[in-house]
Amino acid sequence: MKTFSRHLLTVLAAASLAACSSVKLDDPAPVESRTGGTVVPGSGMNNGAASSQTRVAPVDVTNTNASVMSNLPRVVYFDYDSYIVKDEFRPVIEANAKALSGDRKRHLAVEGHTDDRGSSEYNLALGQRRAESVVKSLTLLGAEASQLEAVSFGKERPAAQGEDEAAWAKNRRAELANR
Amino acid sequence: MLDRRQFCAASGLAFAAPFSAPALAQFRVEISGVGATQLPIAITRFRNDDIGGTSLSAIVRADLERSGAFRMVEGNAALDDTSTPSMAEWRARAADALAAGSVARLADGRYDVRFKLWDVVKGSDLGGQSAAVDPSELRLAAHRIADFIYEKLTGEKGVFSTRIAYVTRAGSRYTLRVADADGENGQVALTSGQPIISPAWSPNGKELAYVSFERQKAVVFVHNVASGERRAIADFRGSNSAPAWAPDGQRLAVTLSRDGGSQLFSIGKNGESPRRLATSSGIDTEAQFSADGRFLYFTSDRGGGPQIYRMPAAGGSADRVTFSGGYNISPSVSPDGRTLAYVTRAGNAFRLSVLDLSIPGAQPATITDSGEDEHPSFAPNGRLVVYATKVQGRSVLMTTTLDGKIKARLPSQTADLREPVWGPYGR
Repeated sequence: MKTFSRHLLTVLAAASLAACSSVKLDDPAPVESRTGGTVVPGSGMNNGAASSQTRVAPVDVTNTNASVMSNLPRVVYFDYDSYIVKDEFRPVIEANAKALSGDRKRHLAVEGHTDDRGSSEYNLALGQRRAESVVKSLTLLGAEASQLEAVSFGKERPAAQGEDEAAWAKNRRAELANR
Repeated sequence: MLDRRQFCAASGLAFAAPFSAPALAQFRVEISGVGATQLPIAITRFRNDDIGGTSLSAIVRADLERSGAFRMVEGNAALDDTSTPSMAEWRARAADALAAGSVARLADGRYDVRFKLWDVVKGSDLGGQSAAVDPSELRLAAHRIADFIYEKLTGEKGVFSTRIAYVTRAGSRYTLRVADADGENGQVALTSGQPIISPAWSPNGKELAYVSFERQKAVVFVHNVASGERRAIADFRGSNSAPAWAPDGQRLAVTLSRDGGSQLFSIGKNGESPRRLATSSGIDTEAQFSADGRFLYFTSDRGGGPQIYRMPAAGGSADRVTFSGGYNISPSVSPDGRTLAYVTRAGNAFRLSVLDLSIPGAQPATITDSGEDEHPSFAPNGRLVVYATKVQGRSVLMTTTLDGKIKARLPSQTADLREPVWGPYGR
């Protein structure tokens, strides 16, 4: 209950801060936890940070699309300067492509991200490349292009803070988000 | 040569934004470095200098110092605009020029601001100005005095009355702000819970284009600074970013992924008639128009690593401009078209560099020692560049002369400051 009202407060605060645009209260407000990384609904792959007894990992259940898609893995990680989907993430692609094939009403955004080295705009384009690479992989395995939109956050939404390879590796990613 | 602008209170300078907050803690100007040729000048304290709550002569001094073209000569003297100072006395103090002034409160609540400038070397009176100024415009009055002095003594236009825009981030709260060129008087134009990047001033200084992620993707908005009215002009499939105004103010270059990849398009200022400008095998982004509108400079990795290219503004074949190093991004070109400022990566260090475009085969010069420089933007007189860098882990804004010798930090007590862009002449 406490977690819910804390989320409601976060969402209301976001709504009051967004000038001239309306934030619907049932939109999942991205809850950025500086220690734990961005938590995606039902994500089976967190960033691997060890949880301590005192930390409370925030969970956002306001996403009404949660049903079938909610237990699927949602993140693909990339090597430095690369947008190639490595073999180890093939299961992520397969699972999501299968779910999309099974229900043509489902839509996903694929959100590309980069580490924080370089300009915002060049990184936005690099993240876009990563997102499009994942979209391509998904369509090759059965998803329809019309069910997918490749977008990018570049370096603007890091999953991990830090100026070392450990942090950078966690930020070089594409996330699959319900739309 | 001298711009005899009216030295009067402007009307209607409201930054009406739905949630405009009072300016946060003011910037201090910290200046470092020794310039090559600096004109020694004494700016004495004005009579009733800070009667309006802020020292006008201090603002003038800081402006002139930050320009890199002047060195302050200290001089305590009870002078004002009506004085007849002894030129011999000031020559003895090694000043080449002298300015003095006064402030007086008028019955209607405004302030009468006056100043005079002397050429100490020639022993001549270079004139001055006087004006009645609204209390809210006292800082601007001081900036206009600095502009007058700068122009009289260097022959070039001053940029002290211009504005900059930039983005702040504190936690998950972002603002787009407009401040005076010295970093003071910051006003909030936009507050958001999502990132804002790439602000770009319209040529008439009335609008800002920028990228907002409020729709969970990159969308280009155009925003009227005085009214707060805003419109999305590019919200196509995928990401929409990197807006740059054509000098006629009617169209913008943008980077769109609607056709796949990140490619350059031209689009009307109301989002009409998108037109693709180029097709390349790589990423094309960060477009900037030359001041005459004939060319676009942009970043492209069509050749492997990102480099800066130039092509005709209507599209066509592009020529590579940067050849030193394997990673060059974020172009900003001076208004006279002669100098390119950009960021070069060497190892893990990102450094501000300048390249003389008028000399074929010129070698660029790296002009900072920091390793996390971003987003250079030329002042409209082409003599200064504002950019973002990190100091002790926090992102701050700096200005630098083109030779890198005089740098001024515009520190803030708050948030990270990023994505600075220098506004045009005229408010």
